[in-house]
Amino acid sequence: MRGMGAAQPAKIPPEAGKSRAARAAGRKAGLPCGARLGHGLIMPHDHADPDHAQAHLPSDPALRVKALETLLERKGLIDPAALDAIIDTYAHKIGPQNGARVVAKAWRDPDFARALDEDATAVCAELGFYGRQGEHVVALRNTPDCHNMVVCTLCSCYPWPLLGIPPGWYKSDAYRSRAVREPRKVLAEFGVALAPDQSVRVWDSTAEIRYLVIPMRPEGTEGWDEEALAALVTRDSMIGTGLARTPQ
Amino acid sequence: MSAEAETPPPEPVFGAPWHAQVFALTVHLHTRGAFSWTDWAQMLGAVLAEHGLNKELDGGDDYFLAWVSALEQICARQGLADAATLQTLKAQWAAAYRDTPHGAPVHL
Repeated sequence: MRGMGAAQPAKIPPEAGKSRAARAAGRKAGLPCGARLGHGLIMPHDHADPDHAQAHLPSDPALRVKALETLLERKGLIDPAALDAIIDTYAHKIGPQNGARVVAKAWRDPDFARALDEDATAVCAELGFYGRQGEHVVALRNTPDCHNMVVCTLCSCYPWPLLGIPPGWYKSDAYRSRAVREPRKVLAEFGVALAPDQSVRVWDSTAEIRYLVIPMRPEGTEGWDEEALAALVTRDSMIGTGLARTPQ
Repeated sequence: MSAEAETPPPEPVFGAPWHAQVFALTVHLHTRGAFSWTDWAQMLGAVLAEHGLNKELDGGDDYFLAWVSALEQICARQGLADAATLQTLKAQWAAAYRDTPHGAPVHL
């Protein structure tokens, strides 16, 4: 299964400013042709033939998206500036760091954790983490008896305001079909070995309900402040395919 | 094993500019009331299921390909964009890219 478990996609090097020969060498080596857009957003190019004398012809789906955008814009149904703002928000402002703050607060403050159990949507909204795909959030607290794990078998429902855009493997057929069928095996591929007496509960997200896993607090973190604790909370630990990091 | 060694390299949020573009279009149209998010999830789920019949989808490019088809279909169903006009515009964009010298901005 590509992209599952410990094997993450290869890091895409920032190649903007590299010579054409260097880029060609990168392609030969199987590396994606990457460009750095904005601040820190790394994307491969869309074009099919970078050595073409004319402007690069975008890929077929890229042209279909342009056609759709053009038509909707001509009908006055969309505002191009709003599109840019949405991309900027999801590329730079929203991500697992939001969810990590919620987890760190829950670890430090039992009252906060209880409030999270009762109404996670309201608690997250109070921290400013609300919006699309965050309309109804349910927090799932891991315990020594029960490990929680989240999937969306239909498509890729995911708590965007808390975790950002889902990783590729979360959207893959492999994960979507196997998480429910053989969760322990999938967890093992992510490097997570559970105690035999710890049960696994798999939650299927929907367009109405999204889940945030609250991983168990690592030992040896007594008295840590929120920031230090948040640094231990990985994205995968909040999906349930990982555990929080343990302090060195 | 140290915690640092387990930290994976950062993944790009979107794998390609058109992934980001079609994502933003969908969110924007939904915000403007073009369709409900439940209807969207059902449409995307149906297209993913259809695309996944003959091969295993890896959640990358193929996932966003399904996203593009789903958005075209839901826009057609809601009377926002018809297939024939989209086909014409796509051909016009391709021609514009072919006819524009490298480095110059591409316009329809």
